[in-house]
Amino acid sequence: MYHYDEYDQQIVDERVRQYRDQVRRRLSGELTEQEFLPLRLQNGLYMQIHGYMLRIAVPYGLISSQQMRMFAHIARKYDRGYGHFTTRQNIQFNWLKLQDTPDILADLASVQMHGIQTSGNCVRNITSDEFAGVAQDEVVDPRPYAEILRQWSTFHPEFAYLPRKFKIAISGGKEDRAAIYAHDIGLAAIKNAQGEAGFRVVVGGGLGRTPVIGSVIREFVPWQHILTYVESILRIYNQYGRRDNKYKARIKILVKALGIDEFKRQVEADWADLKDGPGTLTGEEINRVASFFTDPAYETLPDHDSKLNEFKADSRSFSNWLSRNVKPHRIPGYAIVVLSLKKPGNAPGDATAEQMDFVADLADRYSCGELRITHKQNLVLADVRQKDLISLWQEASAQELTTPNIGMLTDIISCPGAEFCTLANARSIPLAKLIAERFENLDYLYDIGEITLNISGCVNACGQHHIGNIGITGVEKKDHDEWYQVSIGGAEGNDSSISKIIGPSFTFDQVPEVIERLIHVYLRERFEAESFIDTVRRIGHAPFKEHVYATGFAAQEDEADGKHVVLPAQYEVPYYSPRF
Amino acid sequence: MNMIIKNKTIVADDWTVLRLQEQETPENVIVAAGKVIVPLKVWQAQRAALQDRKEIGVWLASDERPEELKGDIEKFSVIAVDFPKFSDGRGYSIAFNLRARLGYSGELRAIGDVLRDQLFYLQRVGFDAFAPRPDRKIEEVIKGLSDFSEVYQTSFDQKLPLFRRVQRKANEAASSQ
Ligand code: HEM
Ligand code: SF4
Repeated sequence: MYHYDEYDQQIVDERVRQYRDQVRRRLSGELTEQEFLPLRLQNGLYMQIHGYMLRIAVPYGLISSQQMRMFAHIARKYDRGYGHFTTRQNIQFNWLKLQDTPDILADLASVQMHGIQTSGNCVRNITSDEFAGVAQDEVVDPRPYAEILRQWSTFHPEFAYLPRKFKIAISGGKEDRAAIYAHDIGLAAIKNAQGEAGFRVVVGGGLGRTPVIGSVIREFVPWQHILTYVESILRIYNQYGRRDNKYKARIKILVKALGIDEFKRQVEADWADLKDGPGTLTGEEINRVASFFTDPAYETLPDHDSKLNEFKADSRSFSNWLSRNVKPHRIPGYAIVVLSLKKPGNAPGDATAEQMDFVADLADRYSCGELRITHKQNLVLADVRQKDLISLWQEASAQELTTPNIGMLTDIISCPGAEFCTLANARSIPLAKLIAERFENLDYLYDIGEITLNISGCVNACGQHHIGNIGITGVEKKDHDEWYQVSIGGAEGNDSSISKIIGPSFTFDQVPEVIERLIHVYLRERFEAESFIDTVRRIGHAPFKEHVYATGFAAQEDEADGKHVVLPAQYEVPYYSPRF
Repeated sequence: MNMIIKNKTIVADDWTVLRLQEQETPENVIVAAGKVIVPLKVWQAQRAALQDRKEIGVWLASDERPEELKGDIEKFSVIAVDFPKFSDGRGYSIAFNLRARLGYSGELRAIGDVLRDQLFYLQRVGFDAFAPRPDRKIEEVIKGLSDFSEVYQTSFDQKLPLFRRVQRKANEAASSQ
């Protein structure tokens, strides 16, 4: 993975010094909270229910064992012994004190990490394919470009005070594993007919309260020009994106208002001036950065290990894990292992300090000392020898990291919700636990097959519920109770779509039953080997809706009148807390 | 006299910034004699009278376009860009466009909600003068110019990205393999 040189280190160290001084000025009253707010946000520091929350960037999800141990250290020393991995491949700590945060950032800088631009109206941490470099379907390794974009966007002077946050994702496989159509800019690394690398550039996607699938602005931008092209997109957005209304400030609204053709015209008029200028990427630079992402010294190994097959026959658990959590690697004899942070009953994405230390050791012993954080809130060991799978599985099982549910219904993506977030209308994590427990039976789970379930505690959509096959959102109604809206038909990847709400919303306790009913319709209607999303696309929403609302729900004591089903799904627009 | 930051030092400044009061319109406002930085709209409305002044300045609001000054740029001793709130980042692109696209080479001044922690970025996009918010100590504000000693990307101040300026390290492990 990438290693800082003296320039990278100096920039991060100077940031720590600057931030330390900002905290000093805040604590002494020299800075008002209002002035301090954007400064702390650009270092990833939010004020949340339990105090300060720090979001630390894991650039494109790639992390070394040493860095993971630093997370464990931070969890122990400054927090309550755990951290939360997010859908943006970052980690969040929820229980920090402001006074400690300069030291935390200094600790992070000592292992080449930071919280720069993980929040605020700037270019955020760049996300990418968690299988980059090892996927069988890879066209171009996106990691060197992700690193170059990270450096380019770090402290970009012109784009630090954009109308709103700005998220860039980059994929490099035939299949998009980075949800690029749901980002402000999505880049698909591809090759043209001459075999030259470049990018399909997608712009104006985004979730939040107005979900939009991004539009292709240019089918092919040669790799040399990607920085200047992105710069021009940002310049047009910075000047013309709406600033009068926070809810309409994302680039997707501007692209919709202008239309993609007019937006493109403006971008390309700006770009004409930059193209081939000094901002153009050089072959030397891409080679330099790519030198950090070369293959490890792979051994020559047979692609099938007979021991594995024997063990598989003996152990159903192992065989389940192998088929769900182990993915094919592009090198024979190797495998990609996904460590599940979704054991039913646990908060999706949470890991304890012990688990962090433990996975760091696993990475050292089994996978070249590196890990990845997935946008589905799991961890990946990308370079495991197949012959090590049995011992790896045995060890990881002892730490509850082998629940064989990757891609299954209980691999739930969830935002932190009401326990941690001031914007929440709903308890996302307890709901995720309740649903996961209901579907714990593995035979049932496997019969249902590939499906995604995403939960967001409010319209902001941090749990990306719009692109879940099943999406659940917490909504607030006039009575200020928590209500849950259920939608189906969303998807990410090459065939992205936005889900649609099935009807009136539900109470907390009803949701697992609602999911059960949706699944029932799917199992009844599906063709052989048809996935949930394909069935929804084929038969439409009506049969699902009909079955879900056909019969009442077991009455809860305090809501025996069943008003929840009758109430229309309109609700008060949740507010943004003035603190953000 | 006001103090401002100019070319990285604190200096006295005898320009006044004209802001329209209620009742005043670009057409009827009286521009005092002496060194005045007028709003773009006033410049446009009273151009005939103002253009003969020996020294005149103009300022742009964050929703105004620098291209409006095309052709006139040489006439101004100073162009200012107003930051109604420091978090309104349009002024950064206005400055970049004024410098890089319109070729303005005179004094470019940031006015309005100008605070220490934005100064580093402001100087990068082409501002060389800063009138900090009056409630701030200018000796503190000026420190913001030197928060960082190295930058990655091009902007107006730095025509070459870091990767074209210095020899950066490749992965030694990879090259020795
Ligand atoms: C707990 C503190 C958090 C707060 C206050 C917060 C706030 C927000 C807000 C206000 C938005 C909507 C932005 C907009 O529509 O313009 C948003 C979107 C989003 N957040 Fe969070 N968030 C938090 C945590 C998280 C976490 C833990 C994750 C990852 C699991 C996350 C991932 C996202 C994603 C993926 C989006 C949607 C991106 C889009 O709108 O295109 N956030 N967040
Ligand atoms: S979706 Fe809403 S509740 Fe969940 S983390 Fe985001 S802002 Fe908070």
